[in-house]
Amino acid sequence: MRTLSETEVWEALAEVPDPEIPVVSVVDLGLVHAVELDGERLRVELLPTFVGCPALELIRRSVAERLAGMAPRVEVEMTFAVPWTSDRISEEGRRKLRDSGFAPPAPTGPSGGARPLIATIPVRPTATCPFCGSTDTNLENLFGPTLCRTLFWCNRCRQPFEQFKAV
Amino acid sequence: MTAQALDAPVRTALAGLLLAMADDEFVLGFWDSEWTGIAPILEEDVAFASLAQDEIGHAQALYQLLAELEGGDPDELAFGRRPEEYRHARLLDHPRTDWAFSVARRFLYDTADAARLDALVASAHAPLAAVVAKMRREETYHLLHMHAWLERLATGGQEPRARLVAAMERLWPDALCVLAGVEGDDLLVGAGVLAEPLAAVRRRWLAGLAPELERLGLPPAPAAPPAGCRGPERSDDFRWLWEQFTMVRRSDPGAVW
Repeated sequence: MRTLSETEVWEALAEVPDPEIPVVSVVDLGLVHAVELDGERLRVELLPTFVGCPALELIRRSVAERLAGMAPRVEVEMTFAVPWTSDRISEEGRRKLRDSGFAPPAPTGPSGGARPLIATIPVRPTATCPFCGSTDTNLENLFGPTLCRTLFWCNRCRQPFEQFKAV
Repeated sequence: MTAQALDAPVRTALAGLLLAMADDEFVLGFWDSEWTGIAPILEEDVAFASLAQDEIGHAQALYQLLAELEGGDPDELAFGRRPEEYRHARLLDHPRTDWAFSVARRFLYDTADAARLDALVASAHAPLAAVVAKMRREETYHLLHMHAWLERLATGGQEPRARLVAAMERLWPDALCVLAGVEGDDLLVGAGVLAEPLAAVRRRWLAGLAPELERLGLPPAPAAPPAGCRGPERSDDFRWLWEQFTMVRRSDPGAVW
């Protein structure tokens, strides 16, 4: 029997779309924490984007289905080992998001020690319109149709758009 | 640190803290969801649905940690108890009431919870530290949102301001309950599970809020939390909510979905 390579596993993972934003794959989003090949066992660990994301089990199952048969034993699990952050979305993922009308997330700030309890929305939070490239945009709502999205309005092309939250 | 490495008394104290935190998030999430369809503006309908989903997700992760520590089933922990067995803070015993009341409660809860999470992010109980690191990133959006509403109501004219002030006066004593000590929190500090006793976390929280409350002319915190901060006495409003969120499960116990 031919030996399975890690590259083949990553290629297979790159074919598994995110169920809520199917233009990007679980690899583009940086959801794959670890791929372990150990003899007959293939183990993949995934990071949840949001703790309460209702799509987590769906994502886990889609990955398990795609990898089924690649090794005699396939294990796919979610882990909090490191926190998923929107900084993990790849350049390729950002381009795909932009092409399909989503503004990619802004870089996240430092997340270590204690933070101020009074957090103020900047007077003009910035997002670049994915349709026309204008930065003349207004925040409409920090929350959106799914846990990971924020709503903006573009003043130039006069359209609403969504930005991936920076978490 | 694994669960096995914890002494029995530390483990018991940690279980108490996890249950208190999980119940806080769980009950608040259900109160938030009471705004679905009837929030004052569409944006808030969306926002409160998201907030609710975040909190129920956090509760689920915390019940899971508790189940890993003490055995048991997370769903059973969430839905299988009698109202008097829940350990949420009395702040969450109040009903949704009006918009200003929900804003005041959420602002007080989110800031207290942020102070509590700060004290757990470097926890020696590694599974808890990992979940907390993730929760904090999401909670940042809650802090931003509730602060924006607090300011809007505080400076938005006579009626919103009067309603907000009345809500804060009503809620303040019970808000202190979020950071009232849990049994054995000194043991948790000794074991490195919690950075400082909850009384110290409470002082840090109140010191952090004071300048902003003063700037907005909002009521300051009272001196001390009331007795019976986390049950077993429960309000009729919470019993009503409990009836709602356990209704489906009670209608067909043990059903597989």
